[in-house]
Amino acid sequence: MLTKEEILHIATLARIGVNEKDVEKYQHDLSEILDYFKKLDQVDVTGVEPIGHITGMQNVFRTDANFYFGSIGKQAIMQNVPEEKDGYVKVKSVL
Amino acid sequence: MIREFHNKLVNREITATQLAQQYFDVIEKKDTEIGAYLTITKQLAFEQAKFVDEKIARGEEIGLMEGIPGAIKDMICVEGVRATAGSKILDNYIAPFDATVIRKLKENGAVILGKANQDEFAMGSSTETSAYQITKNPVDTSRVPGGSSGGSAAAVAADEAVWSLGTDTGGSIRQPASFCGVVGLKPTYGRVSRYGGIAMASSLDQIGPFAKTVEDAAIVLSAISGEDPMDATSAKSSDKKYEDFLTGDIKGKTIGIPKEYVENLEGEIKEIFEKSVEKFKALGAKVETVSLPHSQYALSVYYIIMTSEVSSNLAKFDGIKFGMRADDLSESKNELESNKKTNTLPKNLLETYLDTRKIGFGDEVKRRIMLGTYTLSAGYYDAYYLKAQKVRALIRRDFEQAYKKVDLIYCPTCPEVAFKFGEKTADPLKMYLSDIFTISVNLAGVPAISFPIGFCEVEGKKLPVGGQLIGKWFDEEGILNAAHTFEIN
Repeated sequence: MLTKEEILHIATLARIGVNEKDVEKYQHDLSEILDYFKKLDQVDVTGVEPIGHITGMQNVFRTDANFYFGSIGKQAIMQNVPEEKDGYVKVKSVL
Repeated sequence: MIREFHNKLVNREITATQLAQQYFDVIEKKDTEIGAYLTITKQLAFEQAKFVDEKIARGEEIGLMEGIPGAIKDMICVEGVRATAGSKILDNYIAPFDATVIRKLKENGAVILGKANQDEFAMGSSTETSAYQITKNPVDTSRVPGGSSGGSAAAVAADEAVWSLGTDTGGSIRQPASFCGVVGLKPTYGRVSRYGGIAMASSLDQIGPFAKTVEDAAIVLSAISGEDPMDATSAKSSDKKYEDFLTGDIKGKTIGIPKEYVENLEGEIKEIFEKSVEKFKALGAKVETVSLPHSQYALSVYYIIMTSEVSSNLAKFDGIKFGMRADDLSESKNELESNKKTNTLPKNLLETYLDTRKIGFGDEVKRRIMLGTYTLSAGYYDAYYLKAQKVRALIRRDFEQAYKKVDLIYCPTCPEVAFKFGEKTADPLKMYLSDIFTISVNLAGVPAISFPIGFCEVEGKKLPVGGQLIGKWFDEEGILNAAHTFEIN
């Protein structure tokens, strides 16, 4: 069973607010599913390369150029922003 | 159905505007009960229909998709239309651009009726995790339509759309198609661009069509597939018209039955499945048993990879750039103290993140983000994610081995028929098991189609059962033709 401290640590990493009740629920739910994952311990994967991309595509390139959305495009993007100032996305102070 | 409507449009027996109106009438009549749609796009639909009607009036030739009305799963972006992905965190989100599949459909003249309900961010197998409404199975309204693309499946089943688009990460097109008695196709990973589809698990997600017939699904696939510079994982275009491959002849094809999938089948589903195998034999196919020995690990591998990718993809919903923002929640002021102690971010900023995501996401989404964050966190990456990616390679190898012997693989889409509301919501693992026959396909990246093969009689209702044909990588035409041959005979 995952400890309360472990759940709080994960919740903070995941940026999800939790209360006491949530912590207990996650302790139970996550532990149950993690137990189920133990099944994989049976599989011998010696020498097996992990899959990165399923159809094996490699090195797909595109031009590294900016794309002008136009003023209507900008407006369409900015209307989804929770808080803006002078046409910029407003962010709470980080430092 | 698409060809039929196309001929009527060409012969001027009906206009595209009338056709769209007919479908809106059905939606108005039925959707209060069914709940397939989250948003109706009347203005867009009639503009598109008018454009097609003008073309016909000028005597111009029209393509098969032109004027044919359909529904779009809410997590696929349509410019200027609300896209919630079934989540409160995107409640007020208006998509500023078209997904590539939408751009292609618009270029092909298709008419968009609205956005279909789904499990929140496609996380669920019953559409019950939608933050907005439940969708009822049109076959039996006491039952779920399946999920996560439940609205898309129900819209087609209830004749509220001719076709629809869904997304499939672990079975989210095929399982609801099976539950609602329609056709659902998950193309090969890379066949269809995912640009503009709100991402769930990027190494597994694919967009694909629902329709009443296999031919209709093929027509929609032809319209949406192809390489896209906006999705680096999209494969080179084949420029195939999939509807041209439906010969109705599968003589000499070898179909493999995976023994691990069918050995535990029971009851009516077993009978219906065995009957369908006999039908394939009668149509001239050779049937062999194949083995996919690592199938038993697929569910574990899937839930590690999927939740890991979910935790990463959904990190962008932070209440800053778009979507909902919650902060200064009085109820959480004290609760959050414990979170804050372990973090060095300024209190105000961290509070915005924690509150927004606590309130904005539903339980299942949060559970998966938490699980994925755990499996990717320091010290656990090798034990979970890396191990899962290795076992995933073995699952792909199983399919490679099987396809040395057979052309197609065939099994039921689900081990069950549509279940009742609330039956599985309390037990996440039980809900996950609903995807047991569909997830290996996403892990291996191969294409698969679900199509109706019979009915189970339950409580006086005939509940549909789906068969699933799984093809080689990029052999959509092979599974489409086999399903079509089954359907017309």
